[in-house]
Amino acid sequence: MNDFLAARSQMAISLGFHIIYSCIGMVMPLFMAVSHYKWIKTGDHVYKNITQAWSKGVAIFFATGAVSGTILSFELGLLWPKFMEHAGPIFGMPFSLEGVAFFIEAIALGFFLYGWNRFNKWFHWFTGVLVGVSGVISGILVVSANSWMNSPSGFDYINGQYTNIDPIKAMFNSSWFSEALHMTLAAFMATGFAVAGIHALMIARKRNIKFHTKAFKIAIVFGAIAAIVQPFSGDISAKNAAKKQPAKLAAMESYFHTQPYSPLVIGGIPDTAAKKVNYGIEIPGLLSFLVNDNFKQPVDGLDKIPMQNQPPIAVTHIAFEIMIAIGSVMMLIGILYFIALWKKRSWLIKKWFLYLFILSTPFGFIAVEAGWTVTEVGRQPWIIQGVMRTSEAVTPMPGIHYSFYLFTVVYFTLSVAVIFLLSRQIKMVSRLYSH
Amino acid sequence: MLYVVIFFLFLAIVLYFLLGGADFGAGIIELFTSEDNKSRTRHTSYQAIGPVWEANHMWLIIAVVIMFVGFPVIYSDMCTYLHIPLLIMLLGITARGTAFAFRNYDAIKGKKTQSFYNRIFVYSSFITPLFLGIIAGSAISRQIDLNATDFLSAYIYGWFNLFSISVGLFTVALSGYLAAIYLIGEADNDKDVLRFIRKAKLMNILAVIFGGFVFITAGIEKVRLAYFIFGNPISLIAVITASISLLILWVMIYKGKRKIIRVFAAYQVTMILLAVGYMHFPYFIMTKNGQNLSLLTLHAPVKTIDALGWGLFIGSFIILPSLFYLYYSFQKKDEIV
Repeated sequence: MNDFLAARSQMAISLGFHIIYSCIGMVMPLFMAVSHYKWIKTGDHVYKNITQAWSKGVAIFFATGAVSGTILSFELGLLWPKFMEHAGPIFGMPFSLEGVAFFIEAIALGFFLYGWNRFNKWFHWFTGVLVGVSGVISGILVVSANSWMNSPSGFDYINGQYTNIDPIKAMFNSSWFSEALHMTLAAFMATGFAVAGIHALMIARKRNIKFHTKAFKIAIVFGAIAAIVQPFSGDISAKNAAKKQPAKLAAMESYFHTQPYSPLVIGGIPDTAAKKVNYGIEIPGLLSFLVNDNFKQPVDGLDKIPMQNQPPIAVTHIAFEIMIAIGSVMMLIGILYFIALWKKRSWLIKKWFLYLFILSTPFGFIAVEAGWTVTEVGRQPWIIQGVMRTSEAVTPMPGIHYSFYLFTVVYFTLSVAVIFLLSRQIKMVSRLYSH
Repeated sequence: MLYVVIFFLFLAIVLYFLLGGADFGAGIIELFTSEDNKSRTRHTSYQAIGPVWEANHMWLIIAVVIMFVGFPVIYSDMCTYLHIPLLIMLLGITARGTAFAFRNYDAIKGKKTQSFYNRIFVYSSFITPLFLGIIAGSAISRQIDLNATDFLSAYIYGWFNLFSISVGLFTVALSGYLAAIYLIGEADNDKDVLRFIRKAKLMNILAVIFGGFVFITAGIEKVRLAYFIFGNPISLIAVITASISLLILWVMIYKGKRKIIRVFAAYQVTMILLAVGYMHFPYFIMTKNGQNLSLLTLHAPVKTIDALGWGLFIGSFIILPSLFYLYYSFQKKDEIV
């Protein structure tokens, strides 16, 4: 493994794990706040138990999210020093604000976790809300930094020099809104379904049914609403990619030849040598319609992009298809949940219904990883779209593959530890929260 | 605005050293505690740092962000030439942070698992400040070679030298000292108070010994430390007042003043950092070839520095009062507000 590939792999694995820890760390506090609110309002002890049980999950994920975030803030420089040297002053603004937001989150978490019976109950509740809100803001800010890499702005690039730097303009680059919206909804979807799935499993096993039913409901309402709204945000994101990153869009769709009535390819395996997709279903005109709002106007294909500027097509396309497929299934399950809630309440306790949610526990996170792959691999060979190549940014230090192996072991160990701890928390629910 | 940004950079470093350092120190004290008393030490330090410990480590994030937004060239050189110690420090931070959370949030407090978390916690509490100190030492050691062509002189000798390692050990002793002084005020019985006083004494002696090493190795490696400290009045005053306050601190300990002493300990460490920081200012990293990386020349463009400065300034109005309220709330142990 050469150093460049090792550096990319290490970054991919670090972000791949961090994205899970931080999605849960930013969304779960809000679930917790809802249940806390219900406890204060209704005085039903089950809600207090749920709040406390979830708060332990939040603490575990916050700790892992904080350390993996610290690792990343150094890895940017350890692996991509040339990138940070130039990009730091341009896209760093959201990072410094994120530092502030994250700090507030940590302070609020201290108040919340250790504040039971110590503060005014509404102040205590508010600190929990603050954990979630500042977590979501942190997430949006980090994604805004990433979106700058996709649609760089706020500087002029003349003769290899970065001049006229405007960090505020860079922060509000043209992709920040679509990307932040898409990622935030994805975090709610993934966490909502994952949490709901675990509680559904407990209901199916007839453990502490009252506790798990109430917990399930809070989580799935968040997840289902996000899943139903997500396709619209995906459409905004794709339109933006067509404008700012035509190569990414073309790779996502495996769309090789520019043509009127541009077709949308569903499924299939791209054959890059023959420039065609095998086993896919082509729907003529649909890609034109999705991008340009009319069926005829051609969308730029991969033939318009010089070979050396094309991303890996197969990976981008397949990851995109996985994301779309899972997202659609989750949307349907979300709709089904509301049908059950409003029209068919008897479904809610049916085995098949519960198993649907148990099965979909990991769906959201698979989709998040796939979507992240689309946005990162789809940007290659660039680290800053159209300005700096990833290969120009990599550290001169040799032997990066050792650190890649090391971090792979670290992240797998951490994840195993987190799963171990969560399963012990769940196992102890009946003992810890019996009153 | 540049000076506002530099102020916050140093503030973040000093606070990370004091607050994060004391956290590491709690682990170091646990490492140096006999098997019988370990659980008492753990209990006291958990009472003391539980609610605030995540916040204590945020200062590192703030410092890093200021570095890469405000001083990207220095950050990128640091990350390149000090890649290996930074990596080890990160592993330490990861192991320590997660072990601390895991030992509290493991729903089943099994003997084996707990002792496993504890072991990771104490060893990483030792390794992390050791490498933090090594990194800090390397920055002023003039051993980093920006023109190096071979692996060893580019990526190893810059930090693997007697001076940097002595600074690392000195940092470990100071962290332990800070924690011991802090824990004296947190202990809830006389026996523990005496125990923590003994630890503070041990750490103080170690700090003096390793501090001596720092000066001796500075002589060997030709780091002109003594010249810098005693050559300018501010650093000299900082060192002298720190020494005087150390005497006062020990007098106070024996007079039974258990809380106020932490102010003196924090003062001493701040003064050491001030003396070192001031004598090298505006240089952040000094290299072998005399290419010293200056905060006043290698900063980001003015617009970025302005935005960063305002961000930090406004942010500090939210962070500092709430952080203060957090410490204040959990100091008043039994009161319900």
